[in-house]
Amino acid sequence: MSQTETDRPAAPGDGSSPALEVSHMDVSYKVRGQDRRALRDVTFSIGRGESYGLVGESGSGKSTVALALVRYLPRNGRVSAGTVRISGQDPLSMGRGPLRELRAKTVSMVYQEPGRALNPSIRVGRQIAEVFEVAGQSADDATASAQDMLRKVQISDPARVMQRYPHELSGGMAQRAVIAMALGVSPSLLILDEPTTALDATVEAEVLDLVAGLRQEFDTSVLFISHNLAVIAKMCDRVGVLYAGELVEEGPARQVFENPRHPYTVGLLRCIPRRGQRKDRDRLDTIPGFLPTPGHHLTGCIFAPRCALVQDRCRTEDPPFFDVSELRTSRCFFHEQAPELPRATPSSLAALATDGIGGPLVTVEKLSKTFAGGVQALAGVELAVHRGETLGLVGESGSGKTTLARVLLGLTAPDQGSVVTLDGQPLSPEARRRPREVLRALQIVFQNPDSALNRRHSIRSLISRPLVRLAGLSGTALRDRLAELIASVRLEDRHLALRPAQLSGGLKQRVAIARAFGPRPDVVVCDEPTSALDVSVQAAILNLLADLQQQEHATYLFISHDLGLVRYLSDRIVVLYLGRVMEVVPAEAVYAGPHHPYTEALFSAVPSLDGQRPDRIKLEGEIPSAADPPSGCVFHTRCPRKLSTGICESTEPPLLEGEPGHQIRCHIPLTELRTIQLSESAPSQGGTP
Amino acid sequence: MAMFLLRRLGLMVLTLWILSLIVFFAGQILPGDPGRAILGNLAAPSAVQALDHKLGVDQPLLTRYLDWLGGLLHGNFGTSYTYQSAVEPFVRAALINSVKLAALAFVIVVPLGIIGGVIAALYAGRAVDRIISVTGLSLATVPEFVSGIVLIVIFGVTLKILPVTASAGAGAGDWNQFRHLILPAIPLVFVLFGYIARMARAGTIEALNSDYARTATLKGLPRMTVIRRHVLRNSLLPTITVIATQTGYLIGGLVVVEDLFNYQGIGNLIFKAAGVKDFAMLEAGVLTIGVVYVLATLAADLLLIALNPRLRTGMGND
Amino acid sequence: MTDITADAGGAPLEPGGPIGPLGPAGSSVAVMTPTTVAPRAVWRLLLRRPTFLIGAFIIVFWVVCAIFGHAIAPDDPLKQQLLSNNIAPSGAHWFGTDTLGRDVLSRVLVGARDILVVTPLATILGTVLGTALGLAMGYFGGVFDLIVGRFVEAVLALPAVIIAFLFIVALGPSKTTLIIVIGLIFTPLIARTVRAAVLTERNLDYLSSARLLGERPLRIMFREILPNVMPAILVEFTVRLGYAVFAVATLSFLGFGVQPPTPDWGSDIAADYSGLLAGYWWQVLFPALAIASLVTAVNLITDSIEQVLNS
Repeated sequence: MSQTETDRPAAPGDGSSPALEVSHMDVSYKVRGQDRRALRDVTFSIGRGESYGLVGESGSGKSTVALALVRYLPRNGRVSAGTVRISGQDPLSMGRGPLRELRAKTVSMVYQEPGRALNPSIRVGRQIAEVFEVAGQSADDATASAQDMLRKVQISDPARVMQRYPHELSGGMAQRAVIAMALGVSPSLLILDEPTTALDATVEAEVLDLVAGLRQEFDTSVLFISHNLAVIAKMCDRVGVLYAGELVEEGPARQVFENPRHPYTVGLLRCIPRRGQRKDRDRLDTIPGFLPTPGHHLTGCIFAPRCALVQDRCRTEDPPFFDVSELRTSRCFFHEQAPELPRATPSSLAALATDGIGGPLVTVEKLSKTFAGGVQALAGVELAVHRGETLGLVGESGSGKTTLARVLLGLTAPDQGSVVTLDGQPLSPEARRRPREVLRALQIVFQNPDSALNRRHSIRSLISRPLVRLAGLSGTALRDRLAELIASVRLEDRHLALRPAQLSGGLKQRVAIARAFGPRPDVVVCDEPTSALDVSVQAAILNLLADLQQQEHATYLFISHDLGLVRYLSDRIVVLYLGRVMEVVPAEAVYAGPHHPYTEALFSAVPSLDGQRPDRIKLEGEIPSAADPPSGCVFHTRCPRKLSTGICESTEPPLLEGEPGHQIRCHIPLTELRTIQLSESAPSQGGTP
Repeated sequence: MAMFLLRRLGLMVLTLWILSLIVFFAGQILPGDPGRAILGNLAAPSAVQALDHKLGVDQPLLTRYLDWLGGLLHGNFGTSYTYQSAVEPFVRAALINSVKLAALAFVIVVPLGIIGGVIAALYAGRAVDRIISVTGLSLATVPEFVSGIVLIVIFGVTLKILPVTASAGAGAGDWNQFRHLILPAIPLVFVLFGYIARMARAGTIEALNSDYARTATLKGLPRMTVIRRHVLRNSLLPTITVIATQTGYLIGGLVVVEDLFNYQGIGNLIFKAAGVKDFAMLEAGVLTIGVVYVLATLAADLLLIALNPRLRTGMGND
Repeated sequence: MTDITADAGGAPLEPGGPIGPLGPAGSSVAVMTPTTVAPRAVWRLLLRRPTFLIGAFIIVFWVVCAIFGHAIAPDDPLKQQLLSNNIAPSGAHWFGTDTLGRDVLSRVLVGARDILVVTPLATILGTVLGTALGLAMGYFGGVFDLIVGRFVEAVLALPAVIIAFLFIVALGPSKTTLIIVIGLIFTPLIARTVRAAVLTERNLDYLSSARLLGERPLRIMFREILPNVMPAILVEFTVRLGYAVFAVATLSFLGFGVQPPTPDWGSDIAADYSGLLAGYWWQVLFPALAIASLVTAVNLITDSIEQVLNS
C-alpha cells in the first residue's frame, strides 16, 4: 500500500448530507491572557444514522469537541478556526434564535453525571415535557409525549417517575430520563459524552443497549465520546482517536482496534489487559512520557516526544493524514510500521523466586456491618486472604466492597460478633486500639490520590511519616529507606521537596504506593487504585504493583469495578452482591465458567475489546437498596436462572465449595450450572441449548 | 422527615434552655445591688437589706434561677425595679416596636439585595457587577450610627422632609407611623444590603455554572427562561438561611438606631436597663431577643425544607 | 516544572467562569472547597492586586498614626482651647475644632491608636480560641459537637453589641475588657466557620491514612487538618477584623468603649453629633471618614485574599 496524502479523512459511505461535518476546527482557550489551543485541525464527519466514536484520554480535548459543536464553550473559549455543519447548518455563525431552534430540534447532548444534569428542584416529568414544549407542543401534549418517551426508555412506571424529583432516581434511571429528554424530538445528531462512566457495569450495559436500540428506531446519528475503548468498540461504527487535541487515526471501529495504525493507538491498546493475559506472564505495555501541556506544541507530530518510531522528520514536519485503506486514515509518516512499535516495557519480567501462595493470612468470619438507618452493607461475610496472593474483590454499588476493606483496616467498626484475624490473632475493630505491629502489617492505597495525600505536606514528609511511626526509623536508616522506596516506585529525588498538587495523577499514586509499602506491610488493600487514572498511566501503576508484589512478597486485596483488570491481576476473585459473597473463584477458571448467575451476568455486561458474546445476559430491574434487601437469596429479584420451586425467594443459599477452590452461593449446584452455561455458550452447532 | 423535625425542635429547646442559663448568669455578674440601686446611695443598709430580702436577692443562685425560669414559662417576666411594675408589658411593647422597624428594613433590603445580587451574577465580571459589589461593600462599612447621623442631617434637618424621631406618638395613623420609620430603617438597609447581595450573587453564579443550567440551555430554551425557571429557584435557597441569621445581627444594630432616633424599641430598652441596672428588665429583654433569633433560624430551616425537594422527601439522614 | 502536567481525570484547562470583584461569600455560611495554594505564592499574587495594595496602604497609614500620632499631630489632642471652639476647617486647624476647642485633626490622627490596638488583639484572641474550638467540634463530632454546638448557637443568638456592653458594664470599660469581651464574642462565630471547613476535610482519605498510622487526635487536628483549613481561617480573620472595628466604634459611640478624654473616633462622634444641628459638620465627618476608611481597607484586604484563594 503506497502512502498517499489526503487532506481530509475518508468520507462516510452513503453519500447523503452528513449529520455532522467538522472541518479543520481549532478551539482555543484564553488563560491568563494567553491563548492556549485545545484542539487543532480536527476534521471528521458522521453520516446519517451512523455512530461515530471519539476516543481519548483526559486532556485529549474530546469534551471540548462536544461543547464547541453546540456552541457552549466557556466564556474564555472559542472556535478559532474551521467550520462545523450540523445537518447542513452552521451553529457557529447562527443568530441566537436559529441556534435555539437547532438545539431544540436538531442536536441533543447527554453527558456524564445524570443526577447533576437534571434540575434538583423541578419534577422529572416537567423537565422532560419542557423539551416537547420548546418544540411547539401544547402543555398537555408535551406531558403525554414525555410519559411516552419514558416508556420508550424502558422505565417501568412512567407516571410515577414523572412525579419524582431527580434525587429520587437511581443513576441508571436518571440517565434514562436524560436520554428520553435528548431523543424526544428525534434529533438528527445525538452527542453522548461519557454517558455511562458513572454507572455500574450492569446498569451501563442496559443503558448502552437502550441507546443502540433507540438509535435504530429514531435513525439518529450518534457522536459517542469516551475514554473507554471497549465501550466505543461495542457502540460505534467508526472511531476517531484523539490525542492532545489532534485526531491521529480514524476508521471503522473494528479495524482500528484490531489493527491499529498509529503508534499512539497501538500503545493505548497494549495498555489494556486482554483476555488471557496474566500478571505473572505478561506485563502491560506503557506509553512513556507525559501529555504535552496545551498550547506549547509548535511543530512536528504531536506524539513525537513519546513515540518509539520517531525520526527527525517527525519533529520538523506536521504529518498529514495518510490513507491506510479506503476507509481508514492515520496521521503518521510511519503508519505502516506502527504495528511493530517497540514495547516500552518488556513483556515479561524474569520471574523472581516467589514463595508462592501460602495459607490464610487474613480471615473474616461472620462479618456484618449495619449502618445507622438500617443500611446493611455487609451480611455474614466469610473470607480468607492467602499469604502472597492477590485477592480480587468485585461488586457494583451497594456490594459492600469498600466497607469490607475499611473494616479490615479498622477504619469502620463492624457489628458485634464479627471477627477479623491476622495470622490467626483476632484484631481489634478499631484502628486506634491496634498495636503498631498490626498497623504496620495492613496498609492501603486509596483510589483518589488527591484525597489520600495531605496536600499541605511535602512528598518527603508523606512517605517518611509511616516509616517513623510504624517502622520506628530515624536518621540514616530513615534516609536510606526513603531513597530505596523512591527508586522502587520510579520517582526521583527532586520530587521529595514538592507538594502533591505539583505532580500528575500517576506520580501522585506512586507516592501513595511508596507510602503504603514503606513500613513493609504484609497486606496491602488496593481500593480502585487506578480508577482515577488514564489508561496509559494505569498500565504503569499496575505493572508497579505487580513488581512490588514479587519483590516484597506482599499480599493484595484488590478492589475494582474493572473486571478486565481484576482478571489480569488476581489469583482468586470474590464477587460481592448486596453485602454477601456470591462466589469465590480462581482467576483462571473465571473465563471458562461455570459461574454464579450474577457473576455470569456481570461478566457478560462488561464490553470487551476481545469481542462480544452474542447473547448478553440481561438483568431485570435495579440493584435493590441495601436498606431493604430481598428475602431469601438477595439476587432472586433479578436472577435469570431463578428456580421455579420458590426456594430462591424463601431461603438464602449457603456458600458452598462446589469444586476445589471454587465457592458459590446458589441453590443450583455447580455441576448443573456448568452444564447449563457451557451448553448455552457453545457456538451454534445446530443443537438447542 | 418527622424524625428530623422532631430532632430539630429538640435541639432548639436545648438551645433555648442554654440561652436562659447564659442570660441569667450574665445578669448576675453585673455589679451592684438591686436594693441599693432602687433605694439610692443614701438609704440605710438595713433598709437595703430588707428590700433585698423582699426581692429574694439573698437566696441561693440555683433557687433564684429556677424561680426565674418558672416565672418565665408562666409569662411572668419579673418586676422592673425602675418602673415598679411588671416587666412584661414593657418588653412586649418594645418588641412590637422593634419588629415594625426591623420588618420595614427587611421589606426594603431583602428584595433589593436579592435583585442586586442576581443582576451582579448575570453580568458577572462586567461593570454592573463591579458597581453593585463595590456599592454593597462600601455601604456595609459605614456603621449605623454614622449613616444615621448623616441621614438625620440631610433629610431631617436640612431638607426637613422626614421626621427625625422614630416614634409618631401615641395614636398616630399607619401612614404617619410609617413615615417616621423610614429614616431609621435606612442605616439597617445599608448594612445588610452588601451581605445579602453577595450571597445571592454567589448562589446565582453557582447555579448558572451548573450542569442543569447547561441542560436547560441546550434544550433550546431562551436565556431568560433558563434563568427564571431553572436558575433562580436553586440560587436563592442558601440566601434564605442567611436572611434568617441576619435577624440576630439586625437586632444588635437596633440598639444604635433606636438610640439615635429615640425609639422605644427593645434595643433601647436593654440599653437603658443596663445603665440603671434593672436586672429583670435587662434579662427579659436579652432573652426575648435570643428567642426571636432562635425562632427565626427555625423558621428559615423549615422554609428551606419546604422549598428544597431534596430535604423534603425521605432524606432524613442529617 | 516539567512535572506539572495535565492531571489524570480532568481537562488541563479551566473553563473560565465569570470573574467578579467579590468572590463567593467568605463568611460562615459559604461552601468551602479545599484549596491548594502555597503561602509564598499567595503573598506574591496578593501584592499584584490593586485592591490589596490600596487596603494595605490605608492600614499602614493608620498604623503609623497609631504609633507616631503624637509626633505627627499639629496640636495636643487633649488641649482644650475653649475660646477657639467650633471653628470650621481653616489654615490653623485643617479639620476644625470641636466643642471644647480641641483640634479635630490631631484627635483623628491620635484616635487611631486605641482602635488599632484593641481590634487586632481581640480578633487574634477570638481566632485562636475559635480555631481550637472549631477543630475540636469538627474532628470529634458526635455528642461533643452536638452539645457544644448548642452553646455556640445560644451565644450567637445574642446580639454582639448587647453582650459586649453588658460585660463592659459589669467589668468596667478598659482596653483589656474590650479585647477580652470582643475576643470571646468572636470565638463562637469563628468556631462555626472553622468547623464547617473541617467538615469538608473529614471525608478526605488522608485522614484515614493518618488514623492507620495510629496518629493521636491532637496531632491529626493540628498537623493534618489545620494546615488545610488555614485559608478559611485567614479569610475569617480578616472578615472579623472588619467587624471588630465596627463593633469598637459602635461601643465607643454608645459610651462603652474608649473613655473620654482619650481621642477616639466613635466617642468623639457621640460627644459632638448634637453639634450637627448647629451646622458643625466637621466634628462628625472626619472621624466618620476615618472609621469608614479603616473598615473599607480591611474589607478590601479580605476581598483580595478571598479572590486569590478562590482562583
